[in-house]
Amino acid sequence: MAEETKPPEKSQSGSEFGKTTRRKFISRLGMAGLLTSAGSAFAQPSPAELRPPKARDAAPPAEGAIPVSLRVNGKQYDLRIDPRTTLLDCLREHLHLTGSKKGCDHGQCGACTVHINGRRMNSCLCFAAMYQGDEITTIEGLGQPENLHPMQAAFVSHDAYQCGYCTSGQIMSAVALLTEQCGPEDAEVKECMSGNICRCGAYQNIVAAIQSVRENTSRQKAG
Amino acid sequence: MKLFELTRADDPEQAIASGAKATTAQQGADIRFIAGGTNLVDFMKLNVETPKKLVDVNHLPFSKIEKLPDGGLKIGATVRNTDLAQDPTVRKDYAVLSEALLSGASVQLRNMATTAGNLLQRTRCMYFRDTAMPCNKREPGSGCAAITGVNRSLAILGTSEQCIATNPSDMNVALAALEATIHIRGTKGERTVPIGDFHLLPGNTPQRETVLEPGDLITHVTLPPPAPGSHSLYLKLRDRASFEFALASAAVVITADGGRMTRARVALGGVGTKPWRSPEAEAELTGQPATQAVFQKAADAALRDAKPQSQNGFKVELAKRCLVHALKLVTQTA
Repeated sequence: MAEETKPPEKSQSGSEFGKTTRRKFISRLGMAGLLTSAGSAFAQPSPAELRPPKARDAAPPAEGAIPVSLRVNGKQYDLRIDPRTTLLDCLREHLHLTGSKKGCDHGQCGACTVHINGRRMNSCLCFAAMYQGDEITTIEGLGQPENLHPMQAAFVSHDAYQCGYCTSGQIMSAVALLTEQCGPEDAEVKECMSGNICRCGAYQNIVAAIQSVRENTSRQKAG
Repeated sequence: MKLFELTRADDPEQAIASGAKATTAQQGADIRFIAGGTNLVDFMKLNVETPKKLVDVNHLPFSKIEKLPDGGLKIGATVRNTDLAQDPTVRKDYAVLSEALLSGASVQLRNMATTAGNLLQRTRCMYFRDTAMPCNKREPGSGCAAITGVNRSLAILGTSEQCIATNPSDMNVALAALEATIHIRGTKGERTVPIGDFHLLPGNTPQRETVLEPGDLITHVTLPPPAPGSHSLYLKLRDRASFEFALASAAVVITADGGRMTRARVALGGVGTKPWRSPEAEAELTGQPATQAVFQKAADAALRDAKPQSQNGFKVELAKRCLVHALKLVTQTA
């Protein structure tokens, strides 16, 4: 595909995006399935059980849970969690910030990348309780559908993803890269992005998206 | 993952006192210091490490890089790999260290990983990582599955009948060539250990990887002043161009005067059970002209005692070519 750099079509991305998410859709499907299969043999689920997981509280704190205060995307959260909880699981399961993804869970794929005090890290290898008092930023804190971060917009306009599972990690790394020591060439961008795996192989367009943001930034600085 | 108690040390003495209660500071330790966690958390998820207590040492005052009065460098235990690699003094005077660090892991991991943690990085041998398999390092006496199994990436130098696991660190190889000193504070006070003595050969006790005892806390690493007129370089060969462990690597620090090498320090990575300093290669280089023939003699000397396994015989030639090429590159710039 030719690498055109069309701006995102704002009329579309602004209005529809965010009303029904894939997560909401799938969770509703799941609830419908539960109703159909369990309908005759079991009692109907109560309305509380039917609420999507997002609205439900996390499981009650396990034995040995400890108080943990985290600052995520500028908001303070006071929790009681098992000390084994990784930052990734804490974000996803307790704070319901599901933009950060679990891929390998061993620091090899980069899908869980978040910023801690401005630096990108693998949240799957962090115990949440060790990051109290730090400034944590996730993909949700970067931009919103109606107000995308320039890197998010560049990923859209450059078609820099296919299935999208690695995308939030790719974008968190790409945004961090803007302030890191990284040479100007594509090869240097690839080296700096090697901690983020894309099994669909959208690498070409990911590099193009990053380079376009870097070019715009340096042009703005020069102008 | 097994449940653990998480505590935080606010001063070194507190950390040492906590650590001293451990039954061992080696494989299977019940109390572990944790900083970056990139290695330890990974192994805890695999149940290879099952500490009952973690002591967070991130808040100890060991996060600085300082120039020493003698012209050397002091590197704090919790200095992150990214910061060490990008330090202007390291880049200028100890290029081999910066290059080694930047050749390892990913930016995310380097932002987390620390100097002391990297010194203690565990092997990538797949049988060590898999609790369903025998492994003398993880479970002494259970046998070595690697010797008769998949051993393509494992060691050819410093192995024993019990263990052929490779030390995976790039940083350690550079520190070996730079003759670093490890500074340790423990229950009996402070002591220093040269990097060459810090890691142990597997022998009959592959579960013992370093000289550390319960309560021992690495506080910093020092580097001697850079040898006047020396040039250094790290060359890493691997299956992928990035984010992959070395099949073979070479750290070289060479001083040349009029085409003749007056001082040589050589260490190999990816091939040894510990960071592999080669005095044999250094002896072949010192006082000799910087020619291909001399480099080849040094490489042959470095690998003379190599014991290849069923799948890693290629590493003997690969390591030699790696060293020859590294020497060629570093003397071109000299």
